[in-house]
Formats: sequence, structure tokens, C-alpha cells
Amino acid sequence: MAGHDREHDHSHGHSHDHDHGSELSEMQVRVRALETILTEKGYVEPAALDAIVEAYETKIGPHIGAQVVAKAWSDPQFKNALLADATKAIATLGLESRVGDHLIAVENTPTRHNMVVCTLCSCYPWEVLGLPPVWYKASPYRARAVKDPRGVLSDFGVTLPNDTEIRVWDSTAETRFLVLPMRPEGTEGWSEDDLAAIVTRDSMIGTGIPEARNS
Amino acid sequence: MNGVHDMGGMDGFGKVEAEPDEPVFHAPWEGRIMAMNRAMGATGAWNLDMSRFSREVLPPHVYLGSSYYKKWYLGLAQMLLDRGLIDADEIEAGHALTPGKPLKRGRFELKDMPRILTRAPFSRPTNTEARFKIGDNVRTRNIHPQGHTRLPRYVRGHVGTVELIHGAHVFPDIVAVDGTEDPQWLYTVVFEGRELWGPDADPTVKISIDAFEPYLEPV
Repeated sequence: MAGHDREHDHSHGHSHDHDHGSELSEMQVRVRALETILTEKGYVEPAALDAIVEAYETKIGPHIGAQVVAKAWSDPQFKNALLADATKAIATLGLESRVGDHLIAVENTPTRHNMVVCTLCSCYPWEVLGLPPVWYKASPYRARAVKDPRGVLSDFGVTLPNDTEIRVWDSTAETRFLVLPMRPEGTEGWSEDDLAAIVTRDSMIGTGIPEARNS
Repeated sequence: MNGVHDMGGMDGFGKVEAEPDEPVFHAPWEGRIMAMNRAMGATGAWNLDMSRFSREVLPPHVYLGSSYYKKWYLGLAQMLLDRGLIDADEIEAGHALTPGKPLKRGRFELKDMPRILTRAPFSRPTNTEARFKIGDNVRTRNIHPQGHTRLPRYVRGHVGTVELIHGAHVFPDIVAVDGTEDPQWLYTVVFEGRELWGPDADPTVKISIDAFEPYLEPV
């Protein structure tokens, strides 16, 4: 959401213009200063910071999870392995990023819909979905997902049958959850690549439903 | 601690607003502060739960009024100051004024990247037997620790059912204090929505947390 950076900061002593634009540059200045200090003290190599940013901007993202889901939709044996031990199953795919331990895949069915949240902070399966979107880390989702998941789903335009069980997984430890959405009708015979193209990030968090469309 | 970070079940924050085609970072500094947090964590200067706690102790108005990555900046700066790794004068000056101190695993360099791209395991060997088995009913303890904990307020004192057992894992409440791992059995415990939110709650909703054994008692 556009407003998330527009907080005002009164915790430091400098006088400054409270215009929103300069608030951003204020953070830019403070963060740059901290990076300079950490670099000069020999704590971090700037090139390593560049590489971390680049990895999350260009390499590690929901396309990885989408490949996993597409494979599970196409290969029943892989699906069973994924649901039994997601970390181990994903390791067999030879993806660029190795997935850490304790990843758990949870399957949506016609009678049960899964949704993932971290009410305490922002725990999220980075290795298969990349960095979480702002809404996932923000107060409205963290507060309401566990109490009014149907209301949250309606914010996303998702309506489920009244008798569908909704299971919310609050990520309170180092376990991480990946939702395996249902394969949409009308995708029979599609290739894994075509299937992966319709697997949205939100559908792997449980706030979206993949739809068949011409890819 | 019973901080504002523990948001499950709070009202009044409004709708969830998703941003279409959201960029990974909304400004370059967000990426830099994310990277600095990951890098400094990898040097062994602190652990993940210490890092979480540094944000939990931000004053409530700061926590609620700051963007996500601004909280990361504030938490990181405070952890660096608390450990004497940087000095307030240096933040003011925007430059190092004294040489760095030794770090447990040394400077974070490009060659160390693989260490942060894959999450390290948190499971640990243990000599103890799991106190609970799958299907057991358990009650979460009514505890209100002043320090870091991963037992959210909204489940405390409620009865749920053990659904999964994950082995023994590093115990956040202790590792956040002094780095002692104190492995404890970890369970997925599932609650009926009505158990947590009362008889008027949606009967189709179930909520689970992952709970360490010290958070639980037999029913």
C-alpha cells in the first residue's frame, strides 16, 4: 500500500521538513550512514550487501514456489513427497536456492482451505516465495487473519463456500508453511511451465485462488 | 513481552490492502537495511530471536508508526549500540570513529552468501522424551513473560490438540536472552476458532500455532 512509508519520525534530534518525500530521503541518509560505519569498521563487505539485495530482487521469489506447485499438480508421486517432507522433496528438484529445514506444504482441498500468517512478526517461506509483500507484514493482516479469516479473504476478493473449513497456520516457530492450492479446472494437459504461470504468490499464502487463463 | 507486536485478534487496523505489482523494495534503503540485518546476523553478533526482540521492545507508538524496514533499521542500530559494535557519535558523524571490534564469525563477505540464502536448521538433538503425542489435548499456559516469547497472547489459557511433532528446536525464550539454545520439543497445536474467540465465532475456522513444550500443560 502506498502509505506504508509515510510515517513521521520524531525519535531523533534533527529538525527537518516533514514533507513525505523528504521523509524517505531522511531514511536513505540514515541507512547510508549506517552502511558506511559498518563498512569502515570492517563488519560487512559492501559487495556482499549488493549480492543479498540482488538475490532477493532478481533470483529468489514466488516463481520458485510456483514451480513446486506446478510439479505437485503434475506428478502425484512428487505431491506425496512434498506433503510428507517439503524440504526434502524440493531438494530433488535441483532448484538454484536450497530450501532450509522445516518447510511444510499444506494442501487445499474442496473441504479445507489453508492460510498462513505470522501474527508476531513476519515469518514467511523466503526460499520459495521471496520476501513477503507489505500487507503480509502489516498490522491489518497480522491482527485479523487468525480471528476473521473469511473477512480477510473477502479483502482479497476471495469467497469460499460457507462450509469449507478454514485452517489458519500462525508461523510462531521456525517451521514455514507453503500452501498447495487446488489445481483449477480447465488446465488438463497443461505443461508444468504453463501451470507455474498461473500459480500466484497469494495462492501459496492462502489469500488467493489460482485461475485457469490463457498463458 | 505483551507488546503491540503480538497482534493476533486485535481490532481496528482496517482492511488488508494489497498493492498490485508491488516492488520487492519501495526505496533503495529498504534493500540495504534488509541486507545489513542479514549480514550482521551471519557474523554471529546476535541470533534471530535477539533480532526479533530488538523490534518488539520498540516503544508502541514507534512500532505502530514505523514502516517495516524502518523498524529493521531501528532494531539493528540499537543492537549495534547495545553491544558496543558502534557508537552513538558515529551515527551522528555518519562515519566510523574507532576501529571495529572482533565478530564471532568475522566480517561478512561475498563468499559467505550461501550461509544466508539457506536457512540454518533449528532442530537439535535431545535426550528428553516428548511429553505429548499426536492427538493429545493440551492447554497453553497462562504466562506473561517480560522477555521474548513465541506464545501469542490470543491462545494463552486455551485448549487445543497436538497435530504435529517437529522434534526438539532451539527455544526462543531462552536463546534470545543469552544465546543458550535449550532445545525443547515443538508441536503444532490446533485450536477451534470458537475456543479462542467465543461461541459466536465462525465454526468452520481452526487456527494452529507451533508451540514449544514449556508453553503447554496436559489437560
